[in-house]
Amino acid sequence: MLRVSVSKRRGEFALQAAFAAPTPGVTALFGRSGSGKSTLVDIISGLLPPDEGEVQLGDTVLTSTQQSVSIPVERRRIGYVFQDARLFPHLSVAGNLRYGAARAGPATPVIVFDEVVGLLGLGDLLHRRPRELSGGEKQRVALGRALLSQPQLLLLDEPLGSLDLARRREVLPYLEALRDRLLIPMVYVSHEFEEVLRLATHLVLLDAGHVVAEGSVSAMSLRPELRLIVGADLTGSVLEGTVSACNDAAGVADLAVGSGTLRLSLRGAVPGTRLRLQLLARDVILSTREIAGLSVRNAVCGTIAAISPDEEDTVLVSVDIGGAIVLARITRAALSALGLHAGQPIWALVKAVSMRGHAFRAPMRPELTSHSPS
Amino acid sequence: MYGSLNSAELDALRLSLEVAVRSVAFSLPLAVVIAWVLTRTRFLGRTLFDAFVHLPLVLPPVAVGYALLIVFGTRAPVGAWLRAYFGIELAFTTAGAALATAVMTFPLMVRAIRLSLDNVDPGLEAAARTLGAGPLDRFFSITLPLMLPGILAGAVTAFAAGLGEFGAVITFAANVPGVTRTLPLALYTAMQSPTGDAIALHLAGLSFLLGLLGLLAAEFLVRRVRRFVGR
Repeated sequence: MLRVSVSKRRGEFALQAAFAAPTPGVTALFGRSGSGKSTLVDIISGLLPPDEGEVQLGDTVLTSTQQSVSIPVERRRIGYVFQDARLFPHLSVAGNLRYGAARAGPATPVIVFDEVVGLLGLGDLLHRRPRELSGGEKQRVALGRALLSQPQLLLLDEPLGSLDLARRREVLPYLEALRDRLLIPMVYVSHEFEEVLRLATHLVLLDAGHVVAEGSVSAMSLRPELRLIVGADLTGSVLEGTVSACNDAAGVADLAVGSGTLRLSLRGAVPGTRLRLQLLARDVILSTREIAGLSVRNAVCGTIAAISPDEEDTVLVSVDIGGAIVLARITRAALSALGLHAGQPIWALVKAVSMRGHAFRAPMRPELTSHSPS
Repeated sequence: MYGSLNSAELDALRLSLEVAVRSVAFSLPLAVVIAWVLTRTRFLGRTLFDAFVHLPLVLPPVAVGYALLIVFGTRAPVGAWLRAYFGIELAFTTAGAALATAVMTFPLMVRAIRLSLDNVDPGLEAAARTLGAGPLDRFFSITLPLMLPGILAGAVTAFAAGLGEFGAVITFAANVPGVTRTLPLALYTAMQSPTGDAIALHLAGLSFLLGLLGLLAAEFLVRRVRRFVGR
């Protein structure tokens, strides 16, 4: 467990944040720019001392203003991948990778040079200089360099923030592979929800220097605090399920979610694997009875768990499908026309194609039970 | 006319080179440290210290030579102490000429090194910290290599300027043939002599050539090193 409870004032900005990140796992610090995410990771790394508070990793107190403890950055064994990579320009890629490895101490390495090179696809880059690398390649090298310092925690501060969408999608699979193959806990700062969706096992929502909610990605996807950060268009529940069938000829796969099954437009899914997908609230249609003759591939039956305010003219209806919650955005007019109320049985209709590109490999380790800060 | 150099001219050339090399070798490590202190630390009186380091740029060189004589002269406090405990004689020696040259060219060197240090991203040093590098380790593995172009530029500029240092050298180390009579001093001596016109022209041409070569070499080296450190 990584426990952080700190305060820091910087001019007008005041950070006062506490969260507990399960380890191992990927904890995403998510919030708009200026919400204090980077300040928080700087404090965890030790590069920035907090005004007050504590940072504790496992049994080790890294920082404690009360106990006057502050382990120097260079002895914390916390890897840090910066947004701007910060590769050493006078060293080759291999030299950069070995920089941290050479200073990692005598402890048995968790990951060795060849493994990192293989995992991150760096084989062809070893003799190049940093200025000869693309943005995505730089970040992969920075990642490898941090890993080879044998960190007990890896901090990633918007590592994809300076990359365009194509480069981002080039690096993301490497990060997923690290998450699933290594036991190194990670704290991942981002303001792109897609990255959170693909990587996080635990989500901490930050706003104006405060932690507003934390928990599993699925649980957080239902929270109004997240809606405020991602905006109305990206509102939607995050579901995890197991692939129950896959028909590549038809280009569809079935995913068991809660007590229902969702059919999505997806090729190459392996039955038995777990997927995580985001179902946008605006893509879900509600019906009070089963309807035939529609092109919509999914009609799952559930009960209305809650109806909550959304934007001015719309509401969000939470539909419980055997434990999995699907959010549907409908107009207030539709709400009154259908006379919907909590506890009522309801059909949720979803087009298979609306989930295309929204499904990702779920983290191998199951999410820990969600909880909110008191 | 420039075909050959007589032995006095060769002496002057050799001395100029020796004095310049020794002054650079002596002041370079100190210049790196002081440039680092002036760029990366904040302390009370830093501005005053900064001004003091730059003083030789604006003082008359003769005044600098005189100040050195007051401190390092044979009977002056520091001079007597150096002589008693280390057997080092500075006044009227080649070493003294090198010291006077070092003091005069020191600000040039510090300025060049500071410029290069300003260009070293502290973020890289922070990254080195997270990778386990302590303060000295960081300095030698990251900061120093990245400062190399500036250090080299500073050294070569100071060397080229040091070849021609006149006022401070003649005041502190006098004009002793074969000991402290460097090129500019030999040139000055030749100009004082009614028969020295040819020699003066010779030495002036030589100084011109050396200066030009020095500046070209500096430019070439800095470019090479810059490429080496990847900037």
